[in-house]
Amino acid sequence: MTAITLTPRPARSRFFLDRAEIVGPLFIAPAILYVVLLVGLPFLLALYYSVSAYNIFNESLAFVGLKNFRDIIGSEIFRRTLINTLVFTISAQIIGLLLGKIGAMLLMQEFRGRGIARALVVLPWAVPVSLATVAWLWMFDSLYSVINWTLIALGLVDAANRPQWLGQEDLAMIAVVVVHAWRLFPFGVVIFLAGFTSVPKDVLDAATVDGAGFWRRNYQIILPIIAPIVLIALIFGTVFTFTDLSVVYLLTKGGPINSTQVLGTYAFQVGILSGDVAHGAAICLFLFPFLLVAVILLLRSLRRREI
Amino acid sequence: MGAVTATNIRKQFGDVVAVDGISLAVRDGEFLVLLGPSGCGKTTFLRIIAGLERATSGEILIGGEVVNEVPPRARGVAMVFQSYGLYPHLTVANNIAFPLRTQRVAKVEIQRKVAWAAGLLGLDRLLHRRPRELSGGERQRVALARALVREPTVFLLDEPLSNLDAKLRATARSELKQFQQTVRTTTIYVTHDQVEAMGMGDRIAVIDHGKLRQIGTPAEIYDDPADEFVAGFLGTPPMNLIQRDGGSLGFRPEHFLPKELLNGAALTELAFRIDRMEYLGSERILYGAIDGFAAKREVTAKLPAHVQLTGIRPGEWHPFAVRETELRFFDLDGRRSEGKAQAQ
Repeated sequence: MTAITLTPRPARSRFFLDRAEIVGPLFIAPAILYVVLLVGLPFLLALYYSVSAYNIFNESLAFVGLKNFRDIIGSEIFRRTLINTLVFTISAQIIGLLLGKIGAMLLMQEFRGRGIARALVVLPWAVPVSLATVAWLWMFDSLYSVINWTLIALGLVDAANRPQWLGQEDLAMIAVVVVHAWRLFPFGVVIFLAGFTSVPKDVLDAATVDGAGFWRRNYQIILPIIAPIVLIALIFGTVFTFTDLSVVYLLTKGGPINSTQVLGTYAFQVGILSGDVAHGAAICLFLFPFLLVAVILLLRSLRRREI
Repeated sequence: MGAVTATNIRKQFGDVVAVDGISLAVRDGEFLVLLGPSGCGKTTFLRIIAGLERATSGEILIGGEVVNEVPPRARGVAMVFQSYGLYPHLTVANNIAFPLRTQRVAKVEIQRKVAWAAGLLGLDRLLHRRPRELSGGERQRVALARALVREPTVFLLDEPLSNLDAKLRATARSELKQFQQTVRTTTIYVTHDQVEAMGMGDRIAVIDHGKLRQIGTPAEIYDDPADEFVAGFLGTPPMNLIQRDGGSLGFRPEHFLPKELLNGAALTELAFRIDRMEYLGSERILYGAIDGFAAKREVTAKLPAHVQLTGIRPGEWHPFAVRETELRFFDLDGRRSEGKAQAQ
């Protein structure tokens, strides 16, 4: 019999970094840490605050169950805020995406200066929201409004009876919707442009030869093909708008008389400005379950539509 | 009915002339192949017939009517695209039904026609699938079925086989040809593949740089090329062209044989120096040069592989010959001429 001696292989510590199972987690760790510390923890904290009695005068953290939620549902301002949020979100979404689609269709055409036009369209997105909103604030100003000036010059509005964009309840809502739609517009344009360019030319030519006119090509061919992309845009836009605070806060602070109060501004007002952290957290989280369900449903239908 | 006539069609994109005055007539029921290298303007010409591009000048007649101002949908043409252009979000059945829906055909009629086209192309069991769930060959058949249901007067096919692998392409080629012979619809077929052109076309129109070089049956194009371009474009390897006074002399590699293999008839003898040989199974290709003549390309000879090559070795000269009836002459502009053989 021959004895076979097995020499153990030396540990290849030199190739430590070549092992995917070690390097992989190492590379992902910073991102996970970031999400856990800056998103996860505050979220859990908010969850707890919303069922506690915590406020700046009483840091007891006592558990009160769903009392905060019952309180806010009982509040008339909150109910108004909820309706405002829905109106604000849905109308800004529709206007932003609709204009985005039209803008993208125009920007798909060949014309001189298309590159510059495309760059300009993205501008509302690139400008810091506070700066842009301040500019809008001036455009809606009660005395110096360039919008009113134009309307008066065109003879559409009586100079003595000029609209107070941010001072009248219905006009204020229109104003915040317009500004937010203006912010969403570039996003819509980019999404639709990406969608349009992803539709193969052969498919469009085939539809043309098959007898489809402009509308049929748009609604039976292009839109169904780019639907998944648009749906993603819709999810993003909706979630961002539901939780948005900046435009409304900078323009109207939720006024006049809460007519533009949305969940973001109201939660900020109650939770931070008035120091009632528990109720503020409850307002913030109120829509969370609904948004979660909506997002899951949308993502599901997205997977079904995948082509 | 389905005759297509093009008169002096020109198409310019900015400064680029894509189609440079093509005139041709396609007979009713004919299978015409537009053959040319990529970028020669053949696809643009086809798109002009379809109505997807507007000609800069010239006239297109379909079935005797000028259709320049008629939109694609009203031209009675159906087109199959290189990548098929199937609607990715629709099932096979709905893809085939789409052109009928745009014409507001009755539902029952749509069902009947879809079933008929699917049956003809063997798609019955795929009707509920989406294009992404189909193989390349199946997709191509769906595109054909979609073109077929409208019962068009003209089929326009833009390299429909180029996305198939080589084996499938051969079967698809004969299926397509057979299919055209069944339905007898005028067909214009664009390709850069000469095998497809030779094998399928009733006639071939050779196009280069936006110009029609020659139109004729595959045999005419191959045996009697109108100019040096056509001579050099068809055949693998293409026709040999050697220079001589006042033009050039052309002969096919398969007609250029060792002298001892040719007997009788009037021969033109040429001394051939073989540089290298390629064995291709059924044949051998010999590459080399001819004594005393300059050639634009390496001269080639194609011999059946079973021929014994006694005395033919790379690096050596050997007397080769061509039958004088197989010689073709071209003038200095590259056009065919009637010049007599004065090789020696």
